[in-house]
Amino acid sequence: MKITLSLLSFLCFGLLASSQNGAHLPSVMVQTMEGRKVDTKTISNDGKPIIINFWATWCAPCKRELATIAESYDTWQEETGVKLIAVSIDDARSMARVAPYVNGQGWDYEVLLDPNGDLKRAMNVNNVPHTFLLNGKGEIVYQHNNYEPGDEKELYAKVKALSGK
Amino acid sequence: MSRSFAIRILPVFCSALIGTAIQAQNEGQLHGNFSTDVQLYNQDSAIGAVLPPERLGANAWANLIYTQGNFEAGGRMESYEPSLAGYPAGQAYSGTGVGYRYIKFKVSDLEVTAGNFYEQFGQGLIFRSYEERYLGVDNVMDGFRLKYKPYRGVYLKTVLGRQRFGFNNGAVKGVGLVRGVDAEVSLAELLDSAWTSANNLIIGGSFVSKFQEDRNPFLVLPQNVAAGAVRANFTSARWNIYGEYAYKVNDPNGRNESVYKNGQALHVNATYSVKGLGASLGAHSIDNMFYQSDRSAPTPFDLNINFLPPLTKQHTYNLPATLYPYATQPNGEVSAQGEVFYRWKKGSKLGGKRGTKIAVNFSTAYALDTVHLGLADDTTRRLGYSSKFFTPGKRQYFQDFNIELRKKVSDNWQFALTYLNLLYDIDIIQGKSGKPPVHADMFIVEGLHNFTDRNSVRFEVQHLSTKDDHGNWATALAEFTFSPHWFVAAMDQYNYVTFDDTFLQDGKLEVSPKRFHYPIGSVGYIRSGTRFQMNYGRQRAGIFCVGGVCRTVPASNGLSLSVTTTF
Repeated sequence: MKITLSLLSFLCFGLLASSQNGAHLPSVMVQTMEGRKVDTKTISNDGKPIIINFWATWCAPCKRELATIAESYDTWQEETGVKLIAVSIDDARSMARVAPYVNGQGWDYEVLLDPNGDLKRAMNVNNVPHTFLLNGKGEIVYQHNNYEPGDEKELYAKVKALSGK
Repeated sequence: MSRSFAIRILPVFCSALIGTAIQAQNEGQLHGNFSTDVQLYNQDSAIGAVLPPERLGANAWANLIYTQGNFEAGGRMESYEPSLAGYPAGQAYSGTGVGYRYIKFKVSDLEVTAGNFYEQFGQGLIFRSYEERYLGVDNVMDGFRLKYKPYRGVYLKTVLGRQRFGFNNGAVKGVGLVRGVDAEVSLAELLDSAWTSANNLIIGGSFVSKFQEDRNPFLVLPQNVAAGAVRANFTSARWNIYGEYAYKVNDPNGRNESVYKNGQALHVNATYSVKGLGASLGAHSIDNMFYQSDRSAPTPFDLNINFLPPLTKQHTYNLPATLYPYATQPNGEVSAQGEVFYRWKKGSKLGGKRGTKIAVNFSTAYALDTVHLGLADDTTRRLGYSSKFFTPGKRQYFQDFNIELRKKVSDNWQFALTYLNLLYDIDIIQGKSGKPPVHADMFIVEGLHNFTDRNSVRFEVQHLSTKDDHGNWATALAEFTFSPHWFVAAMDQYNYVTFDDTFLQDGKLEVSPKRFHYPIGSVGYIRSGTRFQMNYGRQRAGIFCVGGVCRTVPASNGLSLSVTTTF
């Protein structure tokens, strides 16, 4: 009985499976590396695409992904005006390592801290890395879990398609 | 619920959900996620693999969140039929049911949450309610929370409720009541001055109290136990300096041998960074800071009100991450950590054509310097011990020195070299009574080669050498990835001992060492927000730590499947 119930509930979920596409960012308080509070609802990029990337200093594939994108990030910005926001889910243990790590790598991303997983939960992220792409209207149009070398090309193709390039 | 009733109600349930979704497109939004971990256990007595009677273990979670304007409601179905071996960390989970549900709404600057919520005050020294699903830690509150912003830059929070204790066809709550308030002022937001445009000073304070009835026939126990904390955080373009001090009134409990001593903790941290260079230095001292909402909680994982993170690096490579990880000792420790990240620029002597990155990290933890109080009189005896705050004692619990170099040598090849030197008091950290501390050296080589734009191979060779505990380990891993959908990986961990043909353990000579291979293969498929992964092989016992405590996952042999999806 329990199994039938779980299976059918899951089927129901399946029917709704695409519902996060088109959704806007939820309203959650996160903070910048300088400790300023930011309501995620207010995130914008002047009508240009935004990449929201969930990562952590203890996540090796996350760091590979951000390091790889960093190599061509200035080209991405010049060509499409895209902005990448790296949301760190490091908790009180490693939160203080985020700023030195990001600067030590020489990354130019905007970094937000989500130390108790509030934004992670609100966006239904199971594990990191998890990437969302928002169009100029702030709607989620694409998402990708995991990172494999080459995934950044797929992501950038989507960014270019959004900005009509 | 009878079967016929279930069959009748299901279509209603389904159409209600779909109805909500259709409506959602017009007004609100409905989204969620699902994840499951399933394992089929094989017999493998050579490695002491667990073999639960059910043979198949399965954990599953489904979250659903509905938002409409300023209103939000959410819930999570959980299923442990039965839970995976070694899961969760604390009190057992069983059955299927609702583990979490809440409603939340905002009225201008006031936010109200009723039901379950996660929250944290400051760094969590006196209050943090959080979940680490894959570790099996969830101390979610059930009650209500108010968040209020009376003026720009001023943030107030208040919480009240009981914590999650276990799960039996639904969340089971602990007996203790937890109440707390927190206030924070951010000067940069409050004052709009020339100073605050470049810098910021954030000050905050919090107060938490737990209530639990005293039913002890022998002792007079405090029924209300209060804790307070103050914090300050200065930031500028290059600097970030943080300090938090917490104090807890006497709280005799099962973890501190029921002493009536007060507890305290101080955490300080400073970081400096400019592009290409980052440095961080931190220290903390902790004395008698176990703070659980049930003084006789069965395990140190249950009903924790606060969170005391270890000041050590969380490693990402398999051997250092899961063989000898450190966990804070809430009863007393003094610890410090320093770290530097540096990047040699492209074109510099050491940077070469593509730049070189280095990370150096050092951390150490000692017992707190304490003096046991004698039996002078009953009051003195009940205080247990006296301590010198921020003074390390003789016993060293942990030390980790590690250095990591990363370099891209060509368009298609990159390498990382890591060296670690570790001292680990296995008696204290893992509770293996009487075992001598482990001294270990580790070398790790990682390489990544891109065959094409989308196909690549990554490999790791790791070696750990020690004359203690289980002796040496060697690990080899190869992972082929085919972006954006597939990956295939194979790993072998080999546990062997080289010194002599007898294995020195607990200071005694023991039987000849056993040598074991732990091969495991994985295949995965990813499609947008969905990920499937299947593993087959031997999994050695591993340690996963969170806050003050480490959970041991037993050795196993078999097939496992993980599915995660976000929608």
